[in-house]
Amino acid sequence: MSDSSTTRYAIELKDITKTFGSVVANENINLSIKYGEILALLGENGSGKTTLMNMLSGIYYPDAGSISISGEEVAITSPTDAINYGVGMIHQHFKLVEVHNAMDNIVLGTKEKHLKPIVLKEKILNISNKFGLEIEPEKKVYNMSVSEKQTVEIMKVLYRGAEILILDEPTAVLTPQETEKLFAILRKMKDQGSAIIIITHKLHEVLSISDRVAILRKGKLIDTVETKETNEKQLTELMVGRPVSLKIERPEVEEKKTILKVIDLSVMNEDGTMGLNNINFKLKKGEILGVAGIAGSGQKELCESIAGLMKVKTGAVLCNKENIIGKTPDEIIKLGISMSFVPEDRLGMGLVGTMGMVENMMLKSYKINKGFFIDKKPARKLSEILVKKLGIVTPNVETPVRMMSGGNVQKVLLGREIESNPNVLITAYPVRGLDINSSYMIYDLLNEQKKKGVAILFIGEDLDVLLELSDRIMVLCHGELKGIVDAKETTKEELGLMMTGKSLQGVDIDE
Amino acid sequence: MNIFLNFLIASVLAGTPLLFGTIGEIMNEKAGHLNLGVEGMMAMGACAGFMAGFMSNNLLIALLAAFAAGMIGALIYAILTITFMADQNVTGLTLTIFGVGISNFFGEYMLVHSETNSLKLPEQITAQLSNINIPFLTDIPVIGPLLFNYNAFVYLGILTAILCGIYLNHTKLGLNVRAIGENPGAADAAGIKVTKLKYFNVMLGGGICGIGGAYCSMIINGGVWMSNSVNGMGWIAVALVIFASWSPTKAIFGSFVFGGFNILKYYFPKSIITIPNAFYDMLPFIITALVLVITSIRKSKENSQPASCGVNYFREER
Amino acid sequence: MNNINNKSKQPLMRTVKRAERSKMDILKLRIIAFVLALFAGGLFILLIGYNPAQLYGTIISGAFRSEMAIQATIKFMIPLLISALGITLAFKMKFWNIGAEGQIIMGAIFASYFALFHSNWPHFLLLLVMFVAGFIGGGLWGLIPAYFKSRFNTNETLFTLMLNYIALHVISFLRDGPWKDPGSSGFPKIARFNANAHIDKIFGVQFGWIIALILVVVLFIYIRNTKQGYEINVVGVSQATAKYSGMNVKKIILRTMILSGGICGITGMIQATGSDMTLAASVAGGVGFTAIIVAWLANLNPFGILMVSFLFSVLEKGSSVMQSTYGLSTYSASVLQGIILFFILGCEFYIRYKFVFRSKGGVK
Repeated sequence: MSDSSTTRYAIELKDITKTFGSVVANENINLSIKYGEILALLGENGSGKTTLMNMLSGIYYPDAGSISISGEEVAITSPTDAINYGVGMIHQHFKLVEVHNAMDNIVLGTKEKHLKPIVLKEKILNISNKFGLEIEPEKKVYNMSVSEKQTVEIMKVLYRGAEILILDEPTAVLTPQETEKLFAILRKMKDQGSAIIIITHKLHEVLSISDRVAILRKGKLIDTVETKETNEKQLTELMVGRPVSLKIERPEVEEKKTILKVIDLSVMNEDGTMGLNNINFKLKKGEILGVAGIAGSGQKELCESIAGLMKVKTGAVLCNKENIIGKTPDEIIKLGISMSFVPEDRLGMGLVGTMGMVENMMLKSYKINKGFFIDKKPARKLSEILVKKLGIVTPNVETPVRMMSGGNVQKVLLGREIESNPNVLITAYPVRGLDINSSYMIYDLLNEQKKKGVAILFIGEDLDVLLELSDRIMVLCHGELKGIVDAKETTKEELGLMMTGKSLQGVDIDE
Repeated sequence: MNIFLNFLIASVLAGTPLLFGTIGEIMNEKAGHLNLGVEGMMAMGACAGFMAGFMSNNLLIALLAAFAAGMIGALIYAILTITFMADQNVTGLTLTIFGVGISNFFGEYMLVHSETNSLKLPEQITAQLSNINIPFLTDIPVIGPLLFNYNAFVYLGILTAILCGIYLNHTKLGLNVRAIGENPGAADAAGIKVTKLKYFNVMLGGGICGIGGAYCSMIINGGVWMSNSVNGMGWIAVALVIFASWSPTKAIFGSFVFGGFNILKYYFPKSIITIPNAFYDMLPFIITALVLVITSIRKSKENSQPASCGVNYFREER
Repeated sequence: MNNINNKSKQPLMRTVKRAERSKMDILKLRIIAFVLALFAGGLFILLIGYNPAQLYGTIISGAFRSEMAIQATIKFMIPLLISALGITLAFKMKFWNIGAEGQIIMGAIFASYFALFHSNWPHFLLLLVMFVAGFIGGGLWGLIPAYFKSRFNTNETLFTLMLNYIALHVISFLRDGPWKDPGSSGFPKIARFNANAHIDKIFGVQFGWIIALILVVVLFIYIRNTKQGYEINVVGVSQATAKYSGMNVKKIILRTMILSGGICGITGMIQATGSDMTLAASVAGGVGFTAIIVAWLANLNPFGILMVSFLFSVLEKGSSVMQSTYGLSTYSASVLQGIILFFILGCEFYIRYKFVFRSKGGVK
């Protein structure tokens, strides 16, 4: 048994360094965590949190440094090694096989012999009862909601008897209520002696769940503090490197005229389910209308049907009283409805990754001049203007955009949309993956447009940001509109309930 | 009736090389590798099998040689696509060009160096390749000749299909393979040795294709070496995978149906209507094209191509 | 002790990403790969009992030893070059058109109709009509898979492939039936074209080579500087992005495949009336497949294609000399081409990745 004077460490990292090409992702990191402790790993996007944890889970191998588990130096060369050492990681993008059911996913890769489904199911339900998880072992993953998928991921780790659990941004996709549930499970695991590392950039969550906080900035470990002895302000300063206010501006615009009116909009998905069901709302000039909802609640369908990319089943979208349903994307762009949509793969559908800024600038305007040939001159000029105006960092305007950093890519995309002087700007997840500095730059850009009288539909995922930036927030759930609320009046809890299907009680403010 | 029975029997015989090719490709695709080199691997198996049989006069050695040759072709593909992460389409196509080329090259090389200017399998091996007579069973009318009077390849093909079906759908290793084909990242994170298992499956599939090739060179032309004996069957096999919806057991049925299209021209009664031979020759290809179109019109989430098929896996991809 | 154990547990070899190489470095890599491929090919030649230096020498001298040899080499190059250019358009769009073989055949069939049945038309009018007919024939054959791809997302790789075989049997149908040369006794074949339908020669080679060179320049400009070329590039990277920016993706796919198939069809016309002087089942003769390798090796750059297809025709011509001198099959050309491409495919890896081997000193 361990000596009472020496603490039993679950993990000790010594001088860990990892580089990707010429990018140093982690530099000389020293960090340790005890059993029965929850450590929060705090840092901005791109600060190297996930890279560091991926070296514990066997996805990456460090260039230098050593890792000890339970006091013994180990080499984790693959996920198998990690599992053997009792390390389980829940990745931000779930590692599940969509067409298999929960059970098959849970036993996947384990060394035990083939169990009969009935025995296996029993075993899984036993474990889930112990930790208070709700799970349907026979449900196929592609039929599951995000939080159900996360439960399967946790179950995978528990099934393997891992004592060290790493969670990468687990709350990013959850409602406030689901987050509370997850935290309850984590506390239970901690009480049973597990060591838990949770990666996050949300300060209030850090304060509510962790015992200690380790802060990373630009690949370096800045400090480790006891949660009891710190506060949001100190953590922010450590994370960003200077005192900043995390308040997002919300300028007021006086004249608000409806420009876009969505009436009874319904969209059918390819698999026959309703992507959108009878949506009604108005979008006004000079406002930011936030859209909240769990991932896959109809955000994509909403954007694409307004942009003319998706076939609409019923309903109308009036832009200045002209129905745009049935128009081609080309015609809709000409009406000044501009969309910048950033799905998971970052470059999304707004930009062509292999092309440079210049050719990306022409994407929507290359047809303007007559003739058979393209004219790159105006696009080059525009690129150079944007580089200066938005401080875009790129070797030159011909460098393929996929080689640029996430923040710069977003600036290129939004910059192009804004330069086309739109009436309506639809933007989905514009700050996904960006550090705080770049995020605020994007918020400022949006606010500037709002002040100019542009109507902005902002699809967001971080409820805190939605609450501060938007004027009004509409909530989608399973393709249905659960209500539109005043962002100044509502609370996160109310939004959370609506996101999981509760309709708004009281008055809609869509007038 | 007799003609129809003969037609069915001939369909099975004509479908057997397709069956091997189809199973081989299913093994590849289930592991996430769209291997367009089936034609090439079959050609390599055709050459190696024939030559080994020609020189050793032993069927088992011929089969092993065909299997090994197919596997070597698959190994080239595996090294390039799994370890070097090269484009699967181009690598597969190159394997086909290379495989067909080297097979015909060696064939002609052997021809030139033979005394009689022709290559014919020795008697003993052709005897081993002739139809198997099972006492009593073969003598049952209709069912006997229909089920119990084929050459060894046919039974080997059906056995391979069933075994591969069990392997993929009812073993732990098979579950692991299917997981890799759907989401290699998930399989990797779950502790499955992705690279090893991919190599295993691709090479096993290549070996099976090689046997199919041996059928083409050793049986179709009556034991005489001819260049290009595989003649497009590898490509039909790739398409048949879709028809069989990635199931080795369904491939049995699919291959025999397509075998039937291949030989229809010899059995279709000329008295009803005379159709130029060329149209019969086109038939399997036209039907395959139609199958492609029909399957693309109705798409389903399950029973479809493994999700990561065609995409190489790199663990540290960000 | 512990430390030593730890070292041995490190992976023997692992793959990591590296900073992307410059264009110059990539070119160097490819040249190294090419040289390695020649060594591997040499090993192969050694294994079958010949002297590699001697055989390679035969290939080179075989392709260049006389004016006639050079002309023959160029003759090999013309169809390869033109169809590789056609394929390039489709591949730029990530449309895996491996149906060049069939498109060549259809182009040849359409053109042959005029050569066989309207050979009395004025020479240049006839050639022009045949040229257009070749384009239309190939274009139609490219349009079919494009339609199903754009409509139902039908797998184009297999579809175009099936069309190759169908086209081949269309020729055998014509040969055995409606277009059978009545003058040939028993053995079915299509009649030799009237001299009026032959392509003229310039510097001893049919003027197809001039058309090919013109196409190189035209395609280079088309891809780089025209709106349509721009659209092909965008669709090739992401159809979603193309739709989002207001492009009519279906139309672009159809249009590009007509062009791609059409250019391959021109190959068929030039091959039939410039080299074969008749419509034979071997009119494409595998050129459609080799052209894919050529296009890929040249990184879809028209001038690169010019170089690579020249290199490949040296190989083809050389291998035919190898056959007459050493009795080795002309299939040696496809074997060598395969080996070269295997090595180039392998070297692409080093553009973005590298292997890290277990260091002797362990992780430090």
